[in-house]
Amino acid sequence: MEMSAPFFKYGLFGDEASLLVAFAIGIGFGFFLERAGFGSARKLVAQFYLTDLAVFKVMFTAIVTAMLGVTYLAWMGVLDLSLVYLVPTYWVPQVVGGLLLGAGFVIGGYCPGTSMAAVATGRIDGLVYALGIGAGTLAFAGLFPVLRGLYLAGSAGAQTLPQLFHLPYGLVVFAVVLMALAGFYGAGLVEAHFGARGERS
Amino acid sequence: MATTTPDLARPAERDAVHVAAAQAYMNPYLAGIGLGLVLLAAFVTMGRGLGASGAFSALVAWALHSVAPAYVASNEFLSPYIGDGSTHPLKAWLVFEVMGVFAGALLSGLLAGRVVRTIEKGPRVSNAVRLSLAFAGGMLMAIGAHLARGCTSGQALTGGALLNAGSWAFMMCVFGGAYAVAWLLRGEWK
Repeated sequence: MEMSAPFFKYGLFGDEASLLVAFAIGIGFGFFLERAGFGSARKLVAQFYLTDLAVFKVMFTAIVTAMLGVTYLAWMGVLDLSLVYLVPTYWVPQVVGGLLLGAGFVIGGYCPGTSMAAVATGRIDGLVYALGIGAGTLAFAGLFPVLRGLYLAGSAGAQTLPQLFHLPYGLVVFAVVLMALAGFYGAGLVEAHFGARGERS
Repeated sequence: MATTTPDLARPAERDAVHVAAAQAYMNPYLAGIGLGLVLLAAFVTMGRGLGASGAFSALVAWALHSVAPAYVASNEFLSPYIGDGSTHPLKAWLVFEVMGVFAGALLSGLLAGRVVRTIEKGPRVSNAVRLSLAFAGGMLMAIGAHLARGCTSGQALTGGALLNAGSWAFMMCVFGGAYAVAWLLRGEWK
């Protein structure tokens, strides 16, 4: 089959049409976030009190689904993976940022994407959280001269796990699938243990 | 804000999940497959994944630029969102995608009877405390997401599916950071 994806990078549509594609993809994203219950802060944070592990299940099912799709389409020669944008790795800010973001998740109850689902479904705390993101963005921009060193620390370029560990791509895909399946099994056990005692949402 | 449930007589802070008309949430594995196919569609059509925090940066850059253009132009983080002025800062892929997220979530919520004006919180915390913590959490989240060059969507979900090394480190730290503070914050949720 002839290589023709990503469609945008092969010139199948232009910048204006890409905004319509963005809106359509966003609709799908928001729809499934809300379907999963991720417009509700209590449903989301239940992950961190081990009473409902829907966050883990939805996230890893989505990752495995998209990963298998990308791998298959690349193997078929339809999708050129080298044209799919990889955020460059900067170890230090990504570790520090991840820890801050995780803490902010439990304190605030949402992440940026799920806060949009919360605002759309009437959650006042979601709206206040989104205003907090605006304030945090202003603060980050103001502090950027101070944070610049941290922001650029541990640069490793665009790098995948197979490249990092010098393993075949397919083997890492297989390992992620196995890890996810083991995780889903474990999640069921954890919920059976903690879920009955906690307030299920 | 739309409030379409028949339960308007209830105090606003009551728990939306107990609204009689609301349907149960989708099976998490089915919702995950749906979300994964949306992400795959983004890869195949655009050659990029999903995102959310970047749309907030564009919005803040645009809003601040209208009152303090010199500041934004000199700010290394915000100025790229304004660019050379040839296109409107809000005419950006992530801004349109996030508008879609709003529309898609509203659609799903309306179909399931889950659109209700409420404050999500545990039973022991006041509205004022909960809303203060929501604001503080949003601030902290924004700083973390900008440091990491993406949030749960742009880094964890997108980078996770692409086996991006930094995204996997980020994702593990998100769970680590969240579990580390969960016990301290149990009064907000339990």
